[in-house]
Amino acid sequence: MVLNWEFIERSLPLYQDAFFITLKLAFLGIIGATILGLLIAIIKIKKIPILSQLSQLYIELSRNTPLLIQLYFLYFGLPKIGIILSSEVCAVSGLIFLGGSYMAESFRSGLEAVSKTQYEIGLSIGLSPIKNMIYVILPQAFAVALPSFAANVIFLIKETSVFSIVAIADLMYVAKDLIGIYYETDEALLLLVLSYLIILLPVSIVFTVIERRLRYAGFGNSSHLSGQEST
Amino acid sequence: MQDSAIQVIFRGKNLLRLFQGLWVTIELSMIAILISILLGFVFGILMTSRFKWIRGICRFYLEFIRIMPQLVLLFIVYFGFARTFNINFSGEMAAIIVFSMWGTAEMGDLVRGALTSLPRHQIESGLAIGLNQKQLYWYVIFPQILRQLIPQAVNLMTRMVKTTSLIVLIGVVEVVKVGQQIIEANRLTVPSSAIWIYGLIFFMYFAVCFPISRLSIYLESKWKE
Repeated sequence: MVLNWEFIERSLPLYQDAFFITLKLAFLGIIGATILGLLIAIIKIKKIPILSQLSQLYIELSRNTPLLIQLYFLYFGLPKIGIILSSEVCAVSGLIFLGGSYMAESFRSGLEAVSKTQYEIGLSIGLSPIKNMIYVILPQAFAVALPSFAANVIFLIKETSVFSIVAIADLMYVAKDLIGIYYETDEALLLLVLSYLIILLPVSIVFTVIERRLRYAGFGNSSHLSGQEST
Repeated sequence: MQDSAIQVIFRGKNLLRLFQGLWVTIELSMIAILISILLGFVFGILMTSRFKWIRGICRFYLEFIRIMPQLVLLFIVYFGFARTFNINFSGEMAAIIVFSMWGTAEMGDLVRGALTSLPRHQIESGLAIGLNQKQLYWYVIFPQILRQLIPQAVNLMTRMVKTTSLIVLIGVVEVVKVGQQIIEANRLTVPSSAIWIYGLIFFMYFAVCFPISRLSIYLESKWKE
Protein backbone atom coordinates (compact mmCIF):
# COMPACT_ATOMS: atom_id res chain seq x y z
CA MET A 1 0.00 0.00 0.00
CA VAL A 2 1.71 3.14 -1.23
CA LEU A 3 0.16 6.41 -0.22
CA ASN A 4 -0.23 9.23 -2.66
CA TRP A 5 1.27 12.02 -0.55
CA GLU A 6 0.66 14.67 -3.14
CA PHE A 7 -3.05 13.84 -3.07
CA ILE A 8 -3.09 13.97 0.71
CA GLU A 9 -1.46 17.36 0.66
CA ARG A 10 -4.00 18.64 -1.84
CA SER A 11 -7.02 17.38 0.07
CA LEU A 12 -5.89 18.52 3.51
CA PRO A 13 -7.58 21.96 3.21
CA LEU A 14 -10.90 20.23 2.41
CA TYR A 15 -10.57 18.12 5.54
CA GLN A 16 -9.63 21.18 7.54
CA ASP A 17 -12.86 22.96 6.57
CA ALA A 18 -14.93 19.86 7.23
CA PHE A 19 -13.14 19.35 10.55
CA PHE A 20 -14.29 22.72 11.82
CA ILE A 21 -17.83 22.24 10.52
CA THR A 22 -18.07 18.91 12.36
CA LEU A 23 -16.58 20.49 15.48
CA LYS A 24 -18.90 23.50 15.37
CA LEU A 25 -22.10 21.50 14.88
CA ALA A 26 -21.08 18.93 17.51
CA PHE A 27 -20.32 21.73 19.97
CA LEU A 28 -23.67 23.49 19.41
CA GLY A 29 -25.53 20.19 19.59
CA ILE A 30 -23.84 19.13 22.82
CA ILE A 31 -24.47 22.51 24.48
CA GLY A 32 -28.13 22.34 23.45
CA ALA A 33 -28.49 18.73 24.53
CA THR A 34 -26.94 19.51 27.91
CA ILE A 35 -29.36 22.38 28.56
CA LEU A 36 -32.36 20.34 27.38
CA GLY A 37 -31.21 17.32 29.35
CA LEU A 38 -30.78 19.37 32.51
CA LEU A 39 -34.27 20.88 32.19
CA ILE A 40 -35.85 17.48 31.60
CA ALA A 41 -33.94 15.91 34.48
CA ILE A 42 -35.17 18.66 36.84
CA ILE A 43 -38.74 18.30 35.52
CA LYS A 44 -38.61 14.55 36.14
CA ILE A 45 -36.98 14.79 39.55
CA LYS A 46 -39.49 17.43 40.72
CA LYS A 47 -42.34 15.33 39.22
CA ILE A 48 -44.03 18.37 37.66
CA PRO A 49 -47.40 17.09 36.37
CA ILE A 50 -48.02 16.85 32.59
CA LEU A 51 -44.51 18.15 31.77
CA SER A 52 -43.09 15.09 33.49
CA GLN A 53 -45.21 12.70 31.41
CA LEU A 54 -44.36 14.59 28.22
CA SER A 55 -40.68 14.35 29.10
CA GLN A 56 -40.99 10.61 29.55
CA LEU A 57 -42.66 10.30 26.14
CA TYR A 58 -39.89 12.39 24.59
CA ILE A 59 -37.17 10.30 26.24
CA GLU A 60 -38.68 7.05 24.94
CA LEU A 61 -39.11 8.42 21.42
CA SER A 62 -35.63 9.86 21.29
CA ARG A 63 -33.81 6.88 22.78
CA ASN A 64 -35.54 4.26 20.66
CA THR A 65 -35.03 5.77 17.22
CA PRO A 66 -31.79 6.33 15.30
CA LEU A 67 -30.50 9.85 14.57
CA LEU A 68 -30.44 9.02 10.86
CA ILE A 69 -34.22 8.53 10.79
CA GLN A 70 -34.82 11.61 12.94
CA LEU A 71 -32.78 13.68 10.48
CA TYR A 72 -34.60 12.25 7.45
CA PHE A 73 -37.88 13.22 9.07
CA LEU A 74 -36.69 16.73 9.95
CA TYR A 75 -35.01 17.46 6.64
CA PHE A 76 -37.22 15.70 4.08
CA GLY A 77 -40.49 15.19 5.96
CA LEU A 78 -41.16 18.50 7.69
CA PRO A 79 -40.86 20.75 4.59
CA LYS A 80 -43.94 18.98 3.22
CA ILE A 81 -46.06 20.59 5.92
CA GLY A 82 -44.38 23.94 5.46
CA ILE A 83 -41.62 23.78 8.06
CA ILE A 84 -38.41 24.35 6.14
CA LEU A 85 -35.22 24.18 8.15
CA SER A 86 -31.72 24.82 6.84
CA SER A 87 -29.20 21.96 6.88
CA GLU A 88 -27.36 23.32 9.89
CA VAL A 89 -30.50 23.94 11.93
CA CYS A 90 -31.70 20.46 11.03
CA ALA A 91 -28.45 18.81 12.02
CA VAL A 92 -28.11 20.67 15.32
CA SER A 93 -31.75 20.22 16.30
CA GLY A 94 -31.53 16.53 15.42
CA LEU A 95 -28.48 16.17 17.64
CA ILE A 96 -30.21 18.07 20.45
CA PHE A 97 -33.31 15.88 20.09
CA LEU A 98 -31.19 12.75 20.31
CA GLY A 99 -28.75 13.96 22.96
CA GLY A 100 -31.32 15.59 25.25
CA SER A 101 -32.69 12.27 26.42
CA TYR A 102 -29.26 10.74 27.03
CA MET A 103 -28.16 13.82 28.98
CA ALA A 104 -31.44 13.81 30.92
CA GLU A 105 -30.89 10.22 32.06
CA SER A 106 -27.35 11.06 33.08
CA PHE A 107 -28.30 14.15 35.09
CA ARG A 108 -31.28 12.40 36.62
CA SER A 109 -29.07 9.69 38.10
CA GLY A 110 -26.77 12.46 39.34
CA LEU A 111 -29.62 14.39 40.95
CA GLU A 112 -31.02 11.25 42.53
CA ALA A 113 -27.64 10.58 44.12
CA VAL A 114 -27.74 13.89 46.03
CA SER A 115 -29.28 13.16 49.38
CA LYS A 116 -32.59 14.70 50.32
CA THR A 117 -31.15 16.39 53.37
CA GLN A 118 -29.03 18.56 51.08
CA TYR A 119 -32.17 20.15 49.62
CA GLU A 120 -33.55 20.76 53.10
CA ILE A 121 -30.33 22.17 54.51
CA GLY A 122 -29.98 24.56 51.59
CA LEU A 123 -33.50 25.84 52.07
CA SER A 124 -33.11 26.09 55.83
CA ILE A 125 -30.13 28.43 55.58
CA GLY A 126 -32.32 30.71 53.51
CA LEU A 127 -31.34 30.00 49.94
CA SER A 128 -34.07 30.43 47.35
CA PRO A 129 -35.03 27.18 45.57
CA ILE A 130 -33.19 28.33 42.42
CA LYS A 131 -30.02 29.35 44.29
CA ASN A 132 -30.21 26.11 46.23
CA MET A 133 -30.28 24.23 42.93
CA ILE A 134 -27.37 26.16 41.42
CA TYR A 135 -25.00 26.34 44.42
CA VAL A 136 -25.83 23.22 46.42
CA ILE A 137 -27.48 20.51 44.37
CA LEU A 138 -26.11 20.80 40.84
CA PRO A 139 -22.39 20.78 41.69
CA GLN A 140 -22.85 17.57 43.65
CA ALA A 141 -25.11 16.02 41.03
CA PHE A 142 -22.72 16.90 38.25
CA ALA A 143 -19.83 15.15 39.95
CA VAL A 144 -21.81 11.92 40.01
CA ALA A 145 -23.12 12.39 36.46
CA LEU A 146 -19.71 13.16 34.96
CA PRO A 147 -18.72 9.67 33.72
CA SER A 148 -22.00 9.17 31.86
CA PHE A 149 -21.92 12.80 30.69
CA ALA A 150 -18.49 12.16 29.18
CA ALA A 151 -19.72 9.01 27.47
CA ASN A 152 -22.64 10.99 26.03
CA VAL A 153 -20.38 13.74 24.71
CA ILE A 154 -18.23 11.21 22.87
CA PHE A 155 -21.33 9.40 21.62
CA LEU A 156 -22.81 12.64 20.27
CA ILE A 157 -19.59 13.62 18.50
CA LYS A 158 -19.57 10.21 16.85
CA GLU A 159 -23.20 10.60 15.83
CA THR A 160 -22.36 13.75 13.84
CA SER A 161 -20.96 11.39 11.20
CA VAL A 162 -24.45 10.98 9.69
CA PHE A 163 -24.83 14.73 9.08
CA SER A 164 -23.76 14.29 5.47
CA ILE A 165 -27.27 13.06 4.59
CA VAL A 166 -28.73 16.51 5.23
CA ALA A 167 -26.20 18.05 2.83
CA ILE A 168 -23.63 19.22 5.34
CA ALA A 169 -20.04 19.11 4.12
CA ASP A 170 -18.69 17.34 7.19
CA LEU A 171 -15.80 14.87 7.35
CA MET A 172 -17.81 11.90 6.04
CA TYR A 173 -19.09 13.99 3.16
CA VAL A 174 -15.60 15.09 2.11
CA ALA A 175 -14.25 11.54 2.36
CA LYS A 176 -17.12 10.12 0.31
CA ASP A 177 -16.69 12.87 -2.27
CA LEU A 178 -12.97 12.24 -2.67
CA ILE A 179 -13.52 8.49 -2.97
CA GLY A 180 -16.16 9.09 -5.61
CA ILE A 181 -14.18 11.61 -7.67
CA TYR A 182 -10.56 10.43 -7.46
CA TYR A 183 -10.84 6.81 -6.25
CA GLU A 184 -7.97 7.52 -3.85
CA THR A 185 -9.82 5.48 -1.24
CA ASP A 186 -6.93 4.67 1.11
CA GLU A 187 -5.80 8.26 1.43
CA ALA A 188 -9.32 9.60 1.89
CA LEU A 189 -10.14 7.01 4.56
CA LEU A 190 -6.82 7.49 6.34
CA LEU A 191 -7.41 11.23 6.61
CA LEU A 192 -10.97 10.54 7.78
CA VAL A 193 -9.81 8.23 10.57
CA LEU A 194 -7.07 10.65 11.60
CA SER A 195 -9.50 13.58 11.70
CA TYR A 196 -11.89 11.75 14.00
CA LEU A 197 -8.98 10.64 16.19
CA ILE A 198 -7.80 14.26 16.46
CA ILE A 199 -11.25 15.27 17.69
CA LEU A 200 -12.14 12.30 19.87
CA LEU A 201 -8.86 11.23 21.50
CA PRO A 202 -8.24 14.52 23.36
CA VAL A 203 -11.89 14.62 24.49
CA SER A 204 -11.62 11.08 25.78
CA ILE A 205 -8.30 11.73 27.53
CA VAL A 206 -9.42 15.02 29.11
CA PHE A 207 -12.53 13.41 30.57
CA THR A 208 -10.53 10.47 31.92
CA VAL A 209 -8.15 12.90 33.67
CA ILE A 210 -11.02 14.93 35.11
CA GLU A 211 -12.79 11.81 36.32
CA ARG A 212 -9.63 10.70 38.13
CA ARG A 213 -9.14 14.05 39.80
CA LEU A 214 -12.75 14.51 40.76
CA ARG A 215 -13.71 14.29 44.41
CA TYR A 216 -17.24 13.34 45.28
CA ALA A 217 -19.07 15.30 47.90
CA GLY A 218 -20.87 12.59 49.77
CA PHE A 219 -22.64 14.60 52.43
CA GLY A 220 -25.26 12.58 54.25
CA ASN A 221 -25.25 9.84 51.65
CA SER A 222 -23.48 6.55 52.03
CA SER A 223 -23.78 5.27 48.47
CA HIS A 224 -22.71 8.39 46.62
CA LEU A 225 -19.91 6.69 44.75
CA SER A 226 -22.11 4.21 42.95
CA GLY A 227 -24.35 7.04 41.77
CA GLN A 228 -27.41 5.26 42.99
CA GLU A 229 -30.01 6.11 45.53
CA SER A 230 -29.53 4.38 48.83
CA THR A 231 -32.32 1.99 49.55
CA MET B 1 -54.89 16.64 0.12
CA GLN B 2 -53.69 15.32 3.46
CA ASP B 3 -55.96 12.31 2.99
CA SER B 4 -54.44 11.29 -0.29
CA ALA B 5 -50.94 11.76 1.11
CA ILE B 6 -51.52 9.23 3.86
CA GLN B 7 -53.07 6.82 1.36
CA VAL B 8 -49.72 6.44 -0.38
CA ILE B 9 -48.68 4.18 2.48
CA PHE B 10 -51.54 1.78 1.80
CA ARG B 11 -51.49 1.97 -1.99
CA GLY B 12 -50.47 -1.24 -3.78
CA LYS B 13 -47.80 -3.19 -1.96
CA ASN B 14 -46.21 -0.14 -0.37
CA LEU B 15 -46.82 -1.09 3.24
CA LEU B 16 -45.69 -4.66 2.65
CA ARG B 17 -42.52 -3.42 0.95
CA LEU B 18 -41.75 -1.13 3.87
CA PHE B 19 -42.10 -4.04 6.27
CA GLN B 20 -39.84 -6.16 4.07
CA GLY B 21 -37.31 -3.33 4.18
CA LEU B 22 -37.58 -3.20 7.95
CA TRP B 23 -37.03 -6.95 8.08
CA VAL B 24 -33.71 -6.56 6.23
CA THR B 25 -32.55 -4.25 9.02
CA ILE B 26 -33.77 -6.57 11.75
CA GLU B 27 -32.30 -9.65 10.07
CA LEU B 28 -28.87 -8.06 9.70
CA SER B 29 -28.83 -6.86 13.30
CA MET B 30 -29.92 -10.30 14.53
CA ILE B 31 -27.07 -12.01 12.67
CA ALA B 32 -24.62 -9.40 13.94
CA ILE B 33 -25.82 -9.69 17.54
CA LEU B 34 -25.56 -13.49 17.49
CA ILE B 35 -21.99 -13.35 16.21
CA SER B 36 -21.22 -10.58 18.71
CA ILE B 37 -22.48 -12.58 21.67
CA LEU B 38 -20.49 -15.67 20.70
CA LEU B 39 -17.27 -13.81 19.92
CA GLY B 40 -17.91 -11.38 22.77
CA PHE B 41 -17.55 -14.21 25.29
CA VAL B 42 -14.21 -15.20 23.79
CA PHE B 43 -13.11 -11.58 23.67
CA GLY B 44 -14.22 -10.95 27.24
CA ILE B 45 -12.30 -13.97 28.50
CA LEU B 46 -9.22 -12.81 26.56
CA MET B 47 -9.55 -9.39 28.20
CA THR B 48 -9.16 -11.02 31.62
CA SER B 49 -6.14 -13.01 30.45
CA ARG B 50 -3.07 -13.39 32.67
CA PHE B 51 -0.82 -12.16 29.90
CA LYS B 52 -0.31 -8.44 29.74
CA TRP B 53 0.28 -8.30 25.99
CA ILE B 54 -3.03 -10.08 25.22
CA ARG B 55 -4.85 -7.63 27.46
CA GLY B 56 -2.99 -4.79 25.75
CA ILE B 57 -4.02 -5.87 22.26
CA CYS B 58 -7.64 -6.35 23.36
CA ARG B 59 -7.66 -2.94 25.02
CA PHE B 60 -6.33 -1.30 21.86
CA TYR B 61 -8.95 -3.03 19.71
CA LEU B 62 -11.76 -2.04 22.07
CA GLU B 63 -10.68 1.60 22.30
CA PHE B 64 -10.23 1.93 18.55
CA ILE B 65 -13.64 0.44 17.76
CA ARG B 66 -15.27 2.55 20.45
CA ILE B 67 -13.77 5.84 19.40
CA MET B 68 -14.48 5.50 15.66
CA PRO B 69 -17.97 6.35 14.43
CA GLN B 70 -19.58 3.17 13.08
CA LEU B 71 -20.11 4.87 9.75
CA VAL B 72 -16.35 5.35 9.39
CA LEU B 73 -15.82 1.64 10.07
CA LEU B 74 -18.46 0.81 7.46
CA PHE B 75 -16.67 2.98 4.91
CA ILE B 76 -13.33 1.36 5.71
CA VAL B 77 -14.69 -2.15 5.18
CA TYR B 78 -16.94 -1.30 2.24
CA PHE B 79 -14.74 1.08 0.25
CA GLY B 80 -11.29 0.55 1.73
CA PHE B 81 -11.15 -3.23 1.40
CA ALA B 82 -12.32 -3.10 -2.20
CA ARG B 83 -9.51 -0.73 -3.15
CA THR B 84 -6.63 -2.07 -1.06
CA PHE B 85 -7.17 -5.83 -0.97
CA ASN B 86 -9.47 -6.13 -3.96
CA ILE B 87 -12.11 -7.77 -1.77
CA ASN B 88 -15.58 -6.61 -2.80
CA PHE B 89 -18.02 -7.12 0.00
CA SER B 90 -21.69 -6.62 -0.67
CA GLY B 91 -23.28 -3.94 1.48
CA GLU B 92 -24.95 -6.60 3.64
CA MET B 93 -21.69 -8.48 4.17
CA ALA B 94 -19.81 -5.29 5.07
CA ALA B 95 -22.57 -4.41 7.52
CA ILE B 96 -22.42 -7.83 9.21
CA ILE B 97 -18.61 -7.62 9.48
CA VAL B 98 -18.60 -4.11 10.93
CA PHE B 99 -21.47 -4.58 13.35
CA SER B 100 -20.05 -7.91 14.52
CA MET B 101 -16.67 -6.26 15.13
CA TRP B 102 -18.32 -3.45 17.03
CA GLY B 103 -20.71 -5.75 18.90
CA THR B 104 -17.88 -8.11 19.85
CA ALA B 105 -15.95 -5.23 21.37
CA GLU B 106 -18.96 -3.96 23.32
CA MET B 107 -20.11 -7.42 24.40
CA GLY B 108 -16.55 -8.37 25.32
CA ASP B 109 -16.33 -5.37 27.62
CA LEU B 110 -19.62 -6.39 29.27
CA VAL B 111 -18.33 -9.95 29.75
CA ARG B 112 -15.08 -8.59 31.17
CA GLY B 113 -17.04 -6.42 33.60
CA ALA B 114 -19.16 -9.36 34.69
CA LEU B 115 -16.13 -11.64 35.08
CA THR B 116 -14.18 -9.18 37.19
CA SER B 117 -17.18 -8.45 39.41
CA LEU B 118 -17.50 -12.13 40.26
CA PRO B 119 -16.10 -12.75 43.74
CA ARG B 120 -12.61 -14.26 43.58
CA HIS B 121 -13.49 -17.05 46.01
CA GLN B 122 -15.99 -18.53 43.54
CA ILE B 123 -13.16 -19.32 41.14
CA GLU B 124 -10.87 -20.49 43.92
CA SER B 125 -13.54 -22.79 45.34
CA GLY B 126 -14.14 -24.22 41.87
CA LEU B 127 -10.45 -24.94 41.45
CA ALA B 128 -10.25 -26.35 44.96
CA ILE B 129 -12.84 -29.03 44.25
CA GLY B 130 -10.77 -30.09 41.25
CA LEU B 131 -12.62 -28.61 38.27
CA ASN B 132 -10.56 -27.99 35.15
CA GLN B 133 -10.70 -24.67 33.28
CA LYS B 134 -13.56 -25.76 31.01
CA GLN B 135 -15.67 -27.11 33.84
CA LEU B 136 -14.90 -24.04 35.91
CA TYR B 137 -16.29 -21.69 33.25
CA TRP B 138 -19.19 -23.95 32.32
CA TYR B 139 -20.49 -24.86 35.80
CA VAL B 140 -19.33 -22.05 38.05
CA ILE B 141 -18.67 -18.82 36.19
CA PHE B 142 -21.15 -18.64 33.29
CA PRO B 143 -24.31 -19.47 35.27
CA GLN B 144 -23.48 -16.67 37.68
CA ILE B 145 -22.58 -13.95 35.21
CA LEU B 146 -25.52 -14.64 32.87
CA ARG B 147 -27.99 -12.81 35.13
CA GLN B 148 -25.93 -9.68 34.87
CA LEU B 149 -25.15 -10.13 31.18
CA ILE B 150 -28.55 -10.90 29.66
CA PRO B 151 -30.16 -7.50 30.36
CA GLN B 152 -27.03 -5.74 29.07
CA ALA B 153 -26.96 -7.92 25.94
CA VAL B 154 -30.63 -7.12 25.30
CA ASN B 155 -29.80 -3.44 25.65
CA LEU B 156 -26.96 -3.87 23.18
CA MET B 157 -29.53 -5.31 20.79
CA THR B 158 -31.50 -2.04 20.66
CA ARG B 159 -28.29 -0.14 20.00
CA MET B 160 -27.50 -2.62 17.24
CA VAL B 161 -30.91 -2.15 15.57
CA LYS B 162 -30.55 1.63 15.76
CA THR B 163 -27.01 1.59 14.40
CA THR B 164 -28.01 -0.73 11.57
CA SER B 165 -30.01 2.15 10.09
CA LEU B 166 -26.65 3.41 8.76
CA ILE B 167 -26.51 0.67 6.13
CA VAL B 168 -28.65 2.70 3.77
CA LEU B 169 -25.56 4.87 3.27
CA ILE B 170 -23.54 1.99 1.83
CA GLY B 171 -26.27 1.04 -0.60
CA VAL B 172 -28.23 -1.72 1.14
CA VAL B 173 -31.90 -1.68 0.20
CA GLU B 174 -33.65 -1.51 3.53
CA VAL B 175 -36.60 0.38 4.98
CA VAL B 176 -35.29 3.91 4.33
CA LYS B 177 -34.31 3.06 0.76
CA VAL B 178 -37.74 1.52 0.10
CA GLY B 179 -39.31 4.63 1.62
CA GLN B 180 -37.28 6.84 -0.71
CA GLN B 181 -38.35 4.73 -3.69
CA ILE B 182 -42.00 5.12 -2.75
CA ILE B 183 -41.59 8.86 -2.27
CA GLU B 184 -39.87 9.21 -5.64
CA ALA B 185 -42.50 7.11 -7.39
CA ASN B 186 -45.25 9.35 -6.04
CA ARG B 187 -43.35 12.63 -6.29
CA LEU B 188 -45.62 14.08 -9.00
CA THR B 189 -49.01 12.81 -7.87
CA VAL B 190 -48.58 13.09 -4.09
CA PRO B 191 -45.78 15.58 -3.36
CA SER B 192 -46.31 15.56 0.40
CA SER B 193 -45.92 11.80 0.90
CA ALA B 194 -42.42 12.24 2.43
CA ILE B 195 -43.75 13.35 5.81
CA TRP B 196 -45.95 10.26 6.13
CA ILE B 197 -43.37 7.81 4.89
CA TYR B 198 -40.55 9.13 7.07
CA GLY B 199 -42.96 9.47 9.97
CA LEU B 200 -43.98 5.84 9.55
CA ILE B 201 -40.35 4.69 9.37
CA PHE B 202 -39.64 6.68 12.54
CA PHE B 203 -42.42 4.83 14.36
CA MET B 204 -41.39 1.49 12.87
CA TYR B 205 -37.98 1.85 14.49
CA PHE B 206 -39.64 2.94 17.69
CA ALA B 207 -41.98 -0.06 17.60
CA VAL B 208 -39.02 -2.41 17.24
CA CYS B 209 -36.67 -0.81 19.78
CA PHE B 210 -39.12 0.21 22.51
CA PRO B 211 -40.20 -3.33 23.54
CA ILE B 212 -36.59 -4.54 23.52
CA SER B 213 -35.36 -1.72 25.75
CA ARG B 214 -38.35 -2.24 28.09
CA LEU B 215 -37.45 -5.92 28.29
CA SER B 216 -33.89 -4.99 29.19
CA ILE B 217 -35.03 -2.68 32.00
CA TYR B 218 -37.50 -5.30 33.23
CA LEU B 219 -34.89 -8.08 33.32
CA GLU B 220 -32.40 -5.83 35.04
CA SER B 221 -34.78 -4.88 37.84
CA LYS B 222 -36.05 -8.46 38.17
CA TRP B 223 -32.62 -10.06 38.51
CA LYS B 224 -31.07 -7.43 40.71
CA GLU B 225 -30.26 -9.04 44.02
